[in-house]
Amino acid sequence: METALAFMCGIIAAASIYLMLSGNLIRFIFGLVLATNAVNLLIFVSGRLAETRPPLIGDDAAVPVQEVANALPQALILTAIVIGFALLTFVFILFYRTYQSLGTVDTESMRISEPAESDPDDGATPGDKSDASGRVSGEGPA
Amino acid sequence: MIPSLILRTATRLLVSMILVFSVYLLLRGHNAPGGGFAGALVAGTGFALYIMAEGSESVRRAIRIDPRGLIVFGMGLALVSGLIGMLAGKPFLTGLWWTIAEINSREIVVGTPLFFDIGVFAIVLGTILTLILALEEN
Amino acid sequence: MTEHLGKTGIERAARATGILPLLLFLGAAAMVPHTAAGESYRLAIAWVPGLGVNLSFMLDGLSVLFALIITGVGFFVTLYAVDYLHGHSHTGRFFVFLHAFMLSMLGLVLADNVLSLFVFWELTTIFSYLLIGFEHEAEASRKSARQALLVTGAGGLALLVGFLLMGIATGTYEISQMVAMSASLPDHPLYGAILVMVFLGAFTKSAQFPFHFWLPNAMAAPAPISAFLHSATMVKGGIYLLARFHPILGGSEAWTAVLVIVGGVTAVVGAFTALGQTDLKKILAYTTVSALGIMTMFLGGQNAPSLTAAMTFLLVHAIYKSALFLVAGIIDHQAGTRDIEKLGGLARSMPVTALGAFAACFSMAGFPLFFGFIGKEIMYKGALAEAMMPGLTTAAAVLANGLMTAVAGIFLIGPFLSGAARHPGPRPEACAAMCSGPLVLGGLGIFFGIVPEFVGNWLVSPAVLSFHAHLEHIKLELFHGINPPLLLSALTLALGVALYLARKRVNYGVCRAYEMIPLDASRVYDAAVAAVAALGRAQTRVLQNGSLHRYFYIVAGAFVLLTGYSYVHGMQVLPDIGVPVLSLREWLLILVILAAAGAVLVTRSVLLAICALGVVGAGIAVIFLSYGAPDLALTQLLVETLTVIIVSIILLHLPGLGPGRKTTGRKKLFDGVLAVGMGVLMTTLILTVLSTPLDRSVTDFFENNSYLAAHGRNIVNVILVDFRSMDTLGEIIVVATAGLAGYALIQKRRERL
Repeated sequence: METALAFMCGIIAAASIYLMLSGNLIRFIFGLVLATNAVNLLIFVSGRLAETRPPLIGDDAAVPVQEVANALPQALILTAIVIGFALLTFVFILFYRTYQSLGTVDTESMRISEPAESDPDDGATPGDKSDASGRVSGEGPA
Repeated sequence: MIPSLILRTATRLLVSMILVFSVYLLLRGHNAPGGGFAGALVAGTGFALYIMAEGSESVRRAIRIDPRGLIVFGMGLALVSGLIGMLAGKPFLTGLWWTIAEINSREIVVGTPLFFDIGVFAIVLGTILTLILALEEN
Repeated sequence: MTEHLGKTGIERAARATGILPLLLFLGAAAMVPHTAAGESYRLAIAWVPGLGVNLSFMLDGLSVLFALIITGVGFFVTLYAVDYLHGHSHTGRFFVFLHAFMLSMLGLVLADNVLSLFVFWELTTIFSYLLIGFEHEAEASRKSARQALLVTGAGGLALLVGFLLMGIATGTYEISQMVAMSASLPDHPLYGAILVMVFLGAFTKSAQFPFHFWLPNAMAAPAPISAFLHSATMVKGGIYLLARFHPILGGSEAWTAVLVIVGGVTAVVGAFTALGQTDLKKILAYTTVSALGIMTMFLGGQNAPSLTAAMTFLLVHAIYKSALFLVAGIIDHQAGTRDIEKLGGLARSMPVTALGAFAACFSMAGFPLFFGFIGKEIMYKGALAEAMMPGLTTAAAVLANGLMTAVAGIFLIGPFLSGAARHPGPRPEACAAMCSGPLVLGGLGIFFGIVPEFVGNWLVSPAVLSFHAHLEHIKLELFHGINPPLLLSALTLALGVALYLARKRVNYGVCRAYEMIPLDASRVYDAAVAAVAALGRAQTRVLQNGSLHRYFYIVAGAFVLLTGYSYVHGMQVLPDIGVPVLSLREWLLILVILAAAGAVLVTRSVLLAICALGVVGAGIAVIFLSYGAPDLALTQLLVETLTVIIVSIILLHLPGLGPGRKTTGRKKLFDGVLAVGMGVLMTTLILTVLSTPLDRSVTDFFENNSYLAAHGRNIVNVILVDFRSMDTLGEIIVVATAGLAGYALIQKRRERL
């Protein structure tokens, strides 16, 4: 199972990177969520998997009697999940505000302070691209 | 949009149970699955449900204090629980325990990590409430 | 503050700050009897003891000589600047910089630890930058300030390297300890490198050829600053350095050769260039360059007369040159120009200023009964006694001094004595506070010139003996009898008169010489600055072109390449991987998660994507639950729930995903390659971790102590709130910050609406 999960982590990580490179802020967030999950799983798998009891100490014992799951990665991941959630929410709000101010979720159309020089790699002009990624006409919703 | 009567009625029942459950999770967390993080997330979910049913105004009335105050309170509690250890001459955040009662030859203990966990609970819940309320009212 | 006190209030307060240099001067003067008796005082405060950096100070004859110059000139400059800047809108700022500079300079000459010396050295550079750029609205000011900062700052960095090398070579950073064990340093393999680095520092600071170009440009500073920093104190920092390290580094032929040649060239080039200038301050700047060259040249010497000459001339020059800069400032302030071709007849309209100017210029020209004469006599005595290149040194000294005599004539005769007809209007005399500086300093030049024994015994000799205790004491005297130095003095005056009369022709020659050979490194400097700017533009165009895609690609790509490289470099060998043996339930779980991730990747529906993300999260929660992590499963599921709630609030306001990017296939291919690289790297990392044995010692500790030491049966929770509560504290701070920052973002929008 550990090996299988290693490959699964890799695939999820690859998907997350591809989404984050897409140039659309909403897809970027999706990529971020996937990346968080992949990294949490990486830590979990690195602590070894065993279908054992959770790391709890029984009522009448002072130390675990039977073998229990590795508690260390669990503690790391638990806070990571909560922090991931807090940051995700923050990023969400940031992007939402960006959209309100700029009226687009396409990162290539957000280059107000650093406008694009003519880039031969770009197949389309910025105007075309922003239509493609959902620029709404006029002001963003209040 | 007026939420349905069913949702509102069910919510009143559910939210109080969810909040009690969250406190239960928080307090038993030291000995069983749960703890400050999980408890706060449960409570946050409960409040989110309440917001959907009754609107943000009634939630603000219900919790009485500004959720940002909850963050400050939690941070203060966590820091104070760390400073108590320092007063005893130990490093910052060292856990101290006191036995308050003995039932059936079992000690009931309270310690600074408990206050720390309550601080965690308050910060996470305060953060969730701050953001959800602000978003909802925007 | 400014509003409150008003203009006059600020000026009164500024005048009152003159008490600071005055008290420091009196304090330094009180130490003179002790240092003249050969005593020295040391005070050390540990600063970064682990690195050998101490705030240690030492007061001896050399420090006291510099401290007296710094505080004495500082006092008159403070008084002068109040009226000079009358009505300026940044008077308060000026005096803060001025006194901060003065204290840094005092720190520089008192420091006994090379690293704290370096800190003070850089502080003087920074305040010099701020003061040169004081009139920051003028572009020339800003450019000159930046030039001075870059040139002296680069030299400062070289000096730091030199200091660190000295620390390696001697095992200490304390100058007094280095002196005690320095005998073998010239034979040390690092000696050459140390010498080069220290010279670079000293030459840039003290405007030696070919780095001298920044000093004339620094004349963009207000006149009191030029008088203080760029003639009397800061530019002498390099001279101080050479004197202070003379006993440590000075015992070699390389030392003498470099200093004599560089100093001699600087002295002659500076003086020749001064001859052709028409701006009073530029004239003074180039003669300052020349004077610094003379001091450097004599510090190259090893014998007592040479070193005494350097120290005497240091004092001579500080006194007359700061007086002359103050005079130039008065003329500029009262007459509105510093161009000698537009000035004339000032002796009549400004008699008091003229008195100071004459006294100072006569000292510069080296007439008998003036302090400059004493300086020149001892110079020739030292030059003739040199072991290496006495002829060259003497010739350079005579030529430079002759040129300075001619320059003194240019400074006096044109503006003060000739051509009353060219007055555009009446020029009233400056106020008493402004005149006091030139008058007192000029008078001091006469007083020291008449009783040189006084200054020799109390100031100059103790300074020399403090860095070379074994040398004989050289007496400064008004008249040594008819001897070669006296004859050379007479020759110098005659040469000066001749050069003055032939100044037009000489200047023509100098200009031709400048056209043919670059006599300074300013062109190199300009090219270097332009190159750095071009490099900055180019790399910004590549790395920071404003495209988020580019930024992310660079960050993720660097991570994959660097981690991958170190992995391959470490020659980690993958273990054999067989097809994993899984139960049907496990296969299903993995396939569901992967399918959901795939759905997120391809879908154009936001709602579907959110559901798919929920499936991924829930699937991972199931994995947590299956392998003994109920806490994680619980938290994961709760977070998924809350995420959906928040997403549903926000995403309703955002547009859909659209049909995807209209980008070229090539770009998509590049993205895909990076994504696959990241995936492969991640899988490989996990497999490698799995193939190494697990260290369970930390986990065992937690398991064994969770209940016994921390009274908790849930080990995960005990780790969070007790064993590793410091980490948790940091994490909840992150959570709280994210919450408050998010709140602020939303709130900002509401305020604007």
